Amino acid sequence: MPTGFNLNYLIYLFQGMGWTVLLSLLAFVFGGLGGFLVMLARISRIEAVRRIANVYIQVVQGVPLLIILFIVYFGLGILGVSMPPLVAAGLALMIYCSAFLGEIWRGSVEAVPRTQTEAAECLALTRWQVLRDVVLPQAIRIATPPTVGFLVQVLKSTSLVSVIGFVELTRAAQVINNTIFQPFAIFGIAGVMYFALCYPLSLWSRILERKLNVGRR
Amino acid sequence: MSVAVKLEDVHKSFGAVEVLKGVSFEVAPGEVVAIIGRSGSGKSTALRCINRLEKVQSGVIEVCERQVNDAKLDLRALRQDVGIVFQSYNLFPHLTIAENIMLAPRRVKHITRAAGRALALEKLAQVGLEEKIDAYPEQLSGGQQQRVAIARSLAMSPRVMLFDEVTSALDPHLTGEVLRVMETLAKGGMTMIVVTHEMGFARRAADRVIYMHMGTVWESGSADILTNPQTPELQDFLANEL
Ligand SMILES: Nc1ncnc2c1ncn2[C@@H]1O[C@H](COP(=O)(O)OP(=O)(O)O)[C@@H](O)[C@H]1O
Ligand SMILES: [Mg+2]
Repeated sequence: MPTGFNLNYLIYLFQGMGWTVLLSLLAFVFGGLGGFLVMLARISRIEAVRRIANVYIQVVQGVPLLIILFIVYFGLGILGVSMPPLVAAGLALMIYCSAFLGEIWRGSVEAVPRTQTEAAECLALTRWQVLRDVVLPQAIRIATPPTVGFLVQVLKSTSLVSVIGFVELTRAAQVINNTIFQPFAIFGIAGVMYFALCYPLSLWSRILERKLNVGRR
Repeated sequence: MSVAVKLEDVHKSFGAVEVLKGVSFEVAPGEVVAIIGRSGSGKSTALRCINRLEKVQSGVIEVCERQVNDAKLDLRALRQDVGIVFQSYNLFPHLTIAENIMLAPRRVKHITRAAGRALALEKLAQVGLEEKIDAYPEQLSGGQQQRVAIARSLAMSPRVMLFDEVTSALDPHLTGEVLRVMETLAKGGMTMIVVTHEMGFARRAADRVIYMHMGTVWESGSADILTNPQTPELQDFLANEL
C-alpha cells in the first residue's frame, strides 16, 4: 500500500542531490584542469599538438556523454580495466568537459587582441608570462559567461550517470516515484533542487562578470 | 658601440608582395631619426623588423651589436634593448598604471614589488603623470595613455626607442603633451627612431630625417630636407602634408 511523501523520502532526495553535487564538482574540477591543458594544446606553437587537440575536441564533442560513459565503464571493464563507478563517472565527465571547456577557452584566449600579446612580447616577457599576466586575465572575462553556461548544462547532465548505478537526484526521484507514484510532487521537488543548484551558479556568473568589468569598458 | 641600429639592404615580403625593397640606414647612439612617408610605404614594417616582430627575407639588421636575423638571436635580450611604442598605446586594461609599468621589470629583472612601484613612480614623473599611478588605463585620456606607454617602455631601460605614429590616434589637442615627452627624451640622449606625420616634431627634434617611398629610403638627410627637398616625390609629399 503506497504511503504519502514523508521525511525519509526527502532525505533520500537530499542524498541524491549530494551525489549530483559531487559528480558536478568532479566534472568541474577535472574537466577544468583537462580543459586548460586542451586549451594550451590548441594554442601550442607545435602544429602536431594543435591538430591532435583539435581531433580530440571534434571527436568528444561529436559523441554523446552517455556513450563516453558506456565506453569508459563497460568498454574498459571488458579490457580488464575495471574501475569503481565513481571513477568511471569522473573520468567520463572529465573527458566530456575538457573538450568543451578547452574549446570555449581557446576562443576566449584568441579573442584577446593580438596587439596585447605583441606589446607584452616587446617588453621581453616570455611566452608563458605573456599568457599568464596579460592574456589569461583578459580571457577569463570573456570566458566567464559561456563557461558558467556550460557548467549549468553539465550539472543537469550528471543525471545520465545513473545508468551505471548512481542514485543521484534524478534517479532518486524516480525511485521514490516508483514507490508512491506522486510524480508532480516528487519531480517538482527534484526540479526545485536542481534550480537551487543552478541558479546560484548563474547569479555568481553575473556578479563575477560585473566585478571583472571594473577597470575595463 | 658605434652604431645603435643598422639596416643593410633589407628585403621584406608579405606573401608575394615586397614591402621593403632594399632598405638601408644607420642610426648612431644618441641620434634621433625621424621616418616620414606615405601610408603604405613600409615605415611600420621597417620598425617592426628592427625588434623582430617581423622576420626579413634578406639583408642585415644589427641592433646594439646583435644580429637580429641570426637564428641564435636571444630575442628577449633584444627586446630589452629595444623599446617600442605603438599608435594604439596597447596598455594592459586589467592592470593599473603602476602594474602596467612594473610588470616587465618585475618578471624580467626580478625586482621587488616595492622597487617596481618606485620605478613606476620615477618613470611616471618623467612623463608628468605621477598622480595617475593607481588609475586604470580606461580612466586616462588618449594622450595620457600614450605617455604611460612611453613610461612603461622606459622602465626596461632600453638603449633604443622606436615610435610608430604614436600621436596619430590622438585628438589634435592631445598630441602636444606626447610630443613634448618625446622631445625631452631626445634631448636626454636617447637613441630614437620615430615614424611620424608631425613635421614640426621632425624639424625640432630629429638629427636626421628619412623619407621612405615605395619600400625604399628615397631621400634622407638633416631636417633641412623638409624645407629643401631634393626629390620631386618628397616635394609632393611635403606639399600634401601641409
Ligand atoms: N602583416 C601584413 N601582412 C600583409 N601585408 C602587410 C602586413 N603588414 C603590412 N602589410 C603591407 O605592407 C605595406 C607597408 O605597410 P606598413 O609598413 O604598415 O606601411 P606604413 O607604416 O608606411 O603605412 C602595406 O601595403 C601593407 O598593406
Ligand atoms: Mg604604419
